[in-house]
Amino acid sequence: MELILAAAIGVLAASGVYLILRPRTFQVIIGLSLISYAVNLFILAMGRLRMDAAPILDGANANPADYVDPVPQALVLTAIVIGFAMTALFLVVLLAARGLTGNDHVDGKLD
Amino acid sequence: MPFLACVLAYALQGRLTGGAAFVAGGVAGLLFLVTVLLFPQVSQGGALIYRIEWIPQLGLNLTLRMDGLAWLFCVLITLIGLLVVLYARYYMSPKDPVARFYALLLAFMGAMLGLVLSGNIIQLAVFWELTSLVSFLLIGYWYHRGDARDGARMALIVTGMGGLALFVAMLLIGHIVGSYELDVVLASGRTLVESPLYPVTLILFLLAAFTKSAQFPFQFWLPNAMTAPTPVSAYLHSATMVKAGVFLLTRFWPVMSDSELWFAIVTYTGLATLIFGAAAALFQRDLKGLLAYSTISHLGLITTLLGMGTPLAAVAAIFHIANHAVFKASLFMAVGIIDHETGTRDVRKLSGLWRFMPFTATFAIIASGAMAGVPLLNGFLSKEMFFTETAEFHPDVFVNYSLPIGATIAGMLSVAYSIKFVHGVFFGPPPTELDRVPHEPPALMRRPMELLVVVCLAVGIIPGITIGPFLAAAVTSVLGAETPYYSLSVWHGFNLPLLMSLLAMVGGAVIYVPYYRRFRDVDGLPFLNRFRGQRIFERLLLNATNKWARSFMQLFGTQRLQPQIFIVVLLALAAGVAAGWARMGNLPLPESFDPVLGLVWLMGGISAIAAAQQAKFHRLAAMILMGGAGLATCITFAWLSAPDLALTQLLAEIATTVLILLGLRWLPKRLPVPDDLTLRMRLRRGRDVGLAVLVGLGAALASYAIMTRSAPLGISEFFLANAYKQGGGTNVVNVMLVDFRGFDTMGEITVLGVVALTVFGLLRRFRPAVDNAERPEQQRLLDGSAEGQRVADDFLRIPALIMTWLFPVVIAIAIYMLLRGHDLPGGGFIAGIIMSLAFILQYMANGTRWVEERLRVLPVLWIGWGLLLAMLTGLGAMALGAPFLTSAFAYAEIPLIGKIPMATALLFDLGVFALVVGATVLMLIALAHQSIRRPKPAGSAKPREREGLAKWN
Repeated sequence: MELILAAAIGVLAASGVYLILRPRTFQVIIGLSLISYAVNLFILAMGRLRMDAAPILDGANANPADYVDPVPQALVLTAIVIGFAMTALFLVVLLAARGLTGNDHVDGKLD
Repeated sequence: MPFLACVLAYALQGRLTGGAAFVAGGVAGLLFLVTVLLFPQVSQGGALIYRIEWIPQLGLNLTLRMDGLAWLFCVLITLIGLLVVLYARYYMSPKDPVARFYALLLAFMGAMLGLVLSGNIIQLAVFWELTSLVSFLLIGYWYHRGDARDGARMALIVTGMGGLALFVAMLLIGHIVGSYELDVVLASGRTLVESPLYPVTLILFLLAAFTKSAQFPFQFWLPNAMTAPTPVSAYLHSATMVKAGVFLLTRFWPVMSDSELWFAIVTYTGLATLIFGAAAALFQRDLKGLLAYSTISHLGLITTLLGMGTPLAAVAAIFHIANHAVFKASLFMAVGIIDHETGTRDVRKLSGLWRFMPFTATFAIIASGAMAGVPLLNGFLSKEMFFTETAEFHPDVFVNYSLPIGATIAGMLSVAYSIKFVHGVFFGPPPTELDRVPHEPPALMRRPMELLVVVCLAVGIIPGITIGPFLAAAVTSVLGAETPYYSLSVWHGFNLPLLMSLLAMVGGAVIYVPYYRRFRDVDGLPFLNRFRGQRIFERLLLNATNKWARSFMQLFGTQRLQPQIFIVVLLALAAGVAAGWARMGNLPLPESFDPVLGLVWLMGGISAIAAAQQAKFHRLAAMILMGGAGLATCITFAWLSAPDLALTQLLAEIATTVLILLGLRWLPKRLPVPDDLTLRMRLRRGRDVGLAVLVGLGAALASYAIMTRSAPLGISEFFLANAYKQGGGTNVVNVMLVDFRGFDTMGEITVLGVVALTVFGLLRRFRPAVDNAERPEQQRLLDGSAEGQRVADDFLRIPALIMTWLFPVVIAIAIYMLLRGHDLPGGGFIAGIIMSLAFILQYMANGTRWVEERLRVLPVLWIGWGLLLAMLTGLGAMALGAPFLTSAFAYAEIPLIGKIPMATALLFDLGVFALVVGATVLMLIALAHQSIRRPKPAGSAKPREREGLAKWN
């Protein structure tokens, strides 16, 4: 299971990095999204993988060892929302730049 | 207090012009009185200390410390400040904004007092910078004049550089001594001198002192600062600010001066400045220029004395600081009066003014006598002490001769320029080139100058009574127990120093006669004129900020994004490898293999790679594939016991997809052209693939290595144990978001709101590119022939009806998610996105116009109320005495629904919900609106606004 997740993170990161090195703005946006998946999974993995643990507490006297680590989850939840905002902002900047420069190259001019 | 008064004086602008002057004078006078009354307490050599703790852990306190030396400076600052205010009342033209002038003058007084009273060396550096800044504003007071701006800028750059050096020096001193308190530093004895860091510290320290006190080779800024109004020159550039440098030298004299390095640098810099300043002063046509160079020269004298390192020399230095402040301020005032009454400061145009303004002339002559060191005036006493010290026997032959000879030459030159001042201005035939007939100024304008000259006389004739005790207090505070015996009497008998004085007098007169005949019209030093510090400085500045900066940019910088990202990624990879390589250890073999998750990620991985490959020419495909990878991520979250994350990821995925779909329409058409690859492009792609694979491998290895180890004990236990007890919820993730880490969430929703508003703002002025301005091809093809009929009219009729009916259902789900968030997966974020999807569904189903005819969506208000609600919840906790965002909870019985948790965190979550709804809807709608807007393409004139759509566009 760890191997699968590690491979997944690697593939996502590699695809993302390749894309952000491309010259077209749309490619960069897709690349950033892929990288943020990789990073979110990586952060979640920092809490170690638990498949059988409950995320929701059962009353007041619960044993912490029976539950999944909530800290990475809270961090990732924040990261997902911010990632959404970032994508939206980049998309609009992309569109504005496209309108102003007439092309979709990241430097605003064709080489 | 001066700072308060500064604001007050500025507030009086435009009312009574006298008001600001009155405030300034009152404050200065009051401070002067307070200072004088404090004298008995400092006269015994003790220090008054008043301390406000700020960050005691870092040794940062606000400490006010007054000892004899600080007292002497305070008197100078407040007394001369008072007189300058009085003087400026008559000097400044009513057309100038005088309120600003007095406000700045008061601010400067405050900064200077803060500097001399600092009991903490960091605080000292801060006030030091403050004096530089206020001085900048005062020099540039007449900011419509180019030379004033240049002079101000130069002064700021030079002294600012010094300030930076001082700050580092102070940090080093604090590091060596172990405390930033001045008391501790002064009591540290030889610790500083013996430290290995001493040379660095000393050089930085001296850099600060020399730039501030205009010592060679930094002297050039002071004459340029003379573009300031004359009261400013009198106050800052003769009496107080330039003294800050020598004050600094004096303050740290006890702990830093006992070394060869100090002696060599300080003494000879001082001596060079002394002679250079005196010679340059002689060759000035502008009276203020003459005084400026003379000030430089006198500061050089003080520096030389401090450099010599003997206690008696230190006594002489402190004495001369006070004397110079008094006579130089009065001379500046005299020049100001002359300028005011005749309209010029050019010494060639002036002559014979004695006849027109006898009183001014008399007092100015006495003051210049003091400057030249004529007996029975205060300048004579300290100069005599200076000669005594230079004539002391020194084992080094060079030092033994260079000091007295240099001192005598400088003395001659200073006599010569004093004679030039007096003779050139007040004697000779009446002036012929003046526009008006000069006369005596108003009595009150003269009064400050007269008072200062009387002080000169009093100190000069009866030094023991007038200044003796005050000087003693100042000297004791610096020298402590090793205070030597010194005599202040006027007549010491016929000895070597007196001979030097006489030589200087006669020599000065002898120099002046040939000068007067031959060099009268020369401006600036002959020979040295070409090497003017000012020009070198300006050229250096121009080169550094313009030429060098540009070539540096060309060498190392790029404006292209791709190389920058490449370098960033490469560096990140290198840092990761460097950090992780050694700790990798042996990786264990995988223990378990989950076939389902494996299948999911087989799809996910293929999607990701395919997305990377397709993103260039097939945007829609790439986006769908990216969604595939996103779904795989979402399933993984659910698989790994993170239901909240899975929900959020799914919803954010939907919202992102809708957004990108809306944006795709505005991108250029791009058709695959397979055969245009050059070798260079292939190479670049190969390089990028290589880097990407390396990064992927690194990320995979790192995550595998971490996942196969057992977790360290973190803070998670705390949250698990307390989520129910203290937060009142069983969904720990949500409790953390709205309760434990509520402040983070607050910041996050603020970011979200800002992003939404930015998106909205950017789209308001959106101009599509020319090739996208038309309606899309598909719409044109499907468009019916009937006028005004739109493609959406008959599109997706049945799904549209279902979506319309779903609207209340989706809202109900959103509210359910919000309410249960505390105990079960859900919460503000999730509910917010669901709610906004309900809106966007309506837009998709029925078109923009249809929705807006029926619904009033005001997303900006949602954002505002959401943020306000979240903030008020936090503040409510504060009002009840708990820290910001503390939550309380209880379970409430509501009829029909049953028992539901009612924590104040729910209110906070409601705020989050409202904001997320507002932000998401705003972004989506703003983008969706572009399609019905028919904006003109970029480059065309004003867009045509449609009625009723102005709200969105």
